[in-house]
Amino acid sequence: MSFWRAISAAALLATAPALLAGEIPPDARRSGYSFMGPDTRAMQDDDTSNPGMLFVLDGEALWTKKTGNADKACADCHGDARGSMKGVAARYPAFDKALARPVTLDQRINLCRSNHQQATPLPYESRDLLALSAFVAHQSRGTAITAGDDPQLKPFVEQGRDLFMQREGQLNLACTNCHDDNFNKRLAGAPITQGQPTGYPLYRLEWQTLGSLERRLRSCMTGVRAQAYDFGAPELVALELYLMSRAHGLPMETPAVRP
Amino acid sequence: MARASVHIAALIAASCAFACHVGAEELLPYNITGDGIAESLTGAPGDAARGRALVLARTTTCILCHSGPFPETRFQGDLAPDLSGAGNRWTVSQLRLRLVDAARFNPETIMPSYYRTDRLARVGRNFAGKPILSAAEIEDIVAFLATLRD
Repeated sequence: MSFWRAISAAALLATAPALLAGEIPPDARRSGYSFMGPDTRAMQDDDTSNPGMLFVLDGEALWTKKTGNADKACADCHGDARGSMKGVAARYPAFDKALARPVTLDQRINLCRSNHQQATPLPYESRDLLALSAFVAHQSRGTAITAGDDPQLKPFVEQGRDLFMQREGQLNLACTNCHDDNFNKRLAGAPITQGQPTGYPLYRLEWQTLGSLERRLRSCMTGVRAQAYDFGAPELVALELYLMSRAHGLPMETPAVRP
Repeated sequence: MARASVHIAALIAASCAFACHVGAEELLPYNITGDGIAESLTGAPGDAARGRALVLARTTTCILCHSGPFPETRFQGDLAPDLSGAGNRWTVSQLRLRLVDAARFNPETIMPSYYRTDRLARVGRNFAGKPILSAAEIEDIVAFLATLRD
């Protein structure tokens, strides 16, 4: 018995060397979509009923709108987003050489605004930033997530993983306690997902609007009665990066719909 | 007259000191005997009816993870054991310590320590230095759980 257990443990170690105890093996990774009821799935699947598509359309309009002192639109440099932005969001957060740290898609959009358009950065969770971000990420719908593959990101992925594993707040819970160890169970009647960030920014019925992954992370932190990190904080970016690397291979769904 | 006002001032100072103590939510001391806390945290018995209401209130967090004999709500969790029969499985003394500091029995447990304020990280500003439940709330919940017999 213990012999076979040792063999299977060794086999597991050999096939998944990067996996820590409690982490979900690649073939068991599931989008939050698979935890939803048929009505919410149908809402996401049909572009004419998916409320996130309204933001995507707004983002499409902003893409070609000239702005800032440079009087340039995104499209003036990047052209048709359907080609130039395809697959980009599946690689974010990505390493920024000038800053020597990972930046989120929202931060990249704002870096473009200040560096190339000479425009003021858009506030986190503002309609325009969510719309642009949704429009760009929508071009990756169906693309497999590869964020975190860049070797320069390794220490930041590890920082994110440490944060994911660390208990915090008055309720003294870590992300891993629910999203690795107890997905599929019910918290106050609602299914716990694996926390795979496949569809951000996404339309959450509870919010009645589109929101970023950082907003979602902050509400989980508030839920365990911890002090939530500020939007754009390096810790939130590291967590976002770890979560995306943890969702490696899952297809992007932006704009997803979630309860 | 002067003496009386000195007495009153002393009385006010004393009650303020007491009130400030309570305001800071300092934990009442308790003694662990065996695998439980034999005496009531407040020195008084809890109220089982209030305890039932507390268990069902989302703010206490109990039924986020636990289910139990609560037909009036379907919003119950299944991350933790059903509370039905809790009064058979545990003594009052054991229930009290499990609410106060469940991690004492299993450091890996997901059950929070409801009457502990140390060894916690990044506690939210509104909750810092406060236990999840007050001593009186714990006593009410313990009194209720003890009534849950199969």
